[in-house]
Amino acid sequence: MAEVIVVTSGKGGVGKTTSAASLACGFARAGKRTVVIDFDIGLRNLDLIMGCERRVVYDFVNVLHGDAALNQALIRDKRYENLSVLAASQTKDKDALSKDGVARVLDELKRDFDIVMCDSPAGIEQGAHLAMYFADRAVVVVNPEVSSVRDSDRMLGLMASKSQRAEEGRGRIVEHLLLTRYSPERVERGEMLSIKDVEDILGVKVIGVVPESPDVLMCSNEGVPVILRDGSEAGMAYEDTVQRLLGNDRPFRFLDVKKKGLLQRLFGS
Amino acid sequence: MGLLDYFRSQKKSSAESARERLTIIIQQQRTSASTTDYLPMLKRELLEVIRKYVKIEPEAVQIKVHQEDDNEMLELSVTLPPQSAKADS
Repeated sequence: MAEVIVVTSGKGGVGKTTSAASLACGFARAGKRTVVIDFDIGLRNLDLIMGCERRVVYDFVNVLHGDAALNQALIRDKRYENLSVLAASQTKDKDALSKDGVARVLDELKRDFDIVMCDSPAGIEQGAHLAMYFADRAVVVVNPEVSSVRDSDRMLGLMASKSQRAEEGRGRIVEHLLLTRYSPERVERGEMLSIKDVEDILGVKVIGVVPESPDVLMCSNEGVPVILRDGSEAGMAYEDTVQRLLGNDRPFRFLDVKKKGLLQRLFGS
Repeated sequence: MGLLDYFRSQKKSSAESARERLTIIIQQQRTSASTTDYLPMLKRELLEVIRKYVKIEPEAVQIKVHQEDDNEMLELSVTLPPQSAKADS
């Protein structure tokens, strides 16, 4: 049975697309037939992070309007043959997505894939609403920072009341937090909310903690999801997250403050 | 416990402020999201019904919504006037 997973946040710039791309790659690497859909109509970006921007011929809206068949619009990943991308349209029409249309496309995808991942746009408009509406599971990407935490709470509230599951009385969307741009050093200095702070405030458990890392920018420069970068702590944190989402226990890593050497301590960082 | 820690303990850390501010604002956000628009109207209509039988002031009706785990509780309290006042009506 296919599972629909939304990657959402409310606030922009917290790492939704970075996370969706890496998680999708991780699921594919774990052998799951995976498709990842960009719901950010008008501001397509997932294709760039996945490195397939020059192969976009048809997009999500073309499929919704019947201008292209779904298999024409799906872009097969070059690295994993069981991974596909459905790009967002560049149209300025904000109402290009309809609930019935999205339902139809998701149902079709659920027949051919194990994991249908929806990369939500920021905000709480139509695109964000429809990205989460049909979800079975939600990964709420949050930075340890006040505005991101507050927006995540709004998103969690909306998911609890305005999802298909909630409306049909099929229970709630399974919710997880994915804490990104985390810095154990700053947490220790009392400059940043800790994992426990964020969990306590939002009342939801963290399924992954991705440390702040220069690798994320370098990978997006190259169109390679950071999970595929060997030796990257951020990449390994995403891999751990995928394993936990698959139901496998993984200890949390990269949460200890790195000890500075004597010379570093003497001469500053 | 060094001298540094002594000075540190004097001032609240910024993360602590963030935690306190968020706890308060999210509490408010959740109550206002669940306390939908119908509460003022419910209060007004209840007041009208009760006033058919007892003379009460608008402040006598208090409505509160509580969140307990997954359940929401609507708490309604009506303060009735003292016996002497009731006898007059």
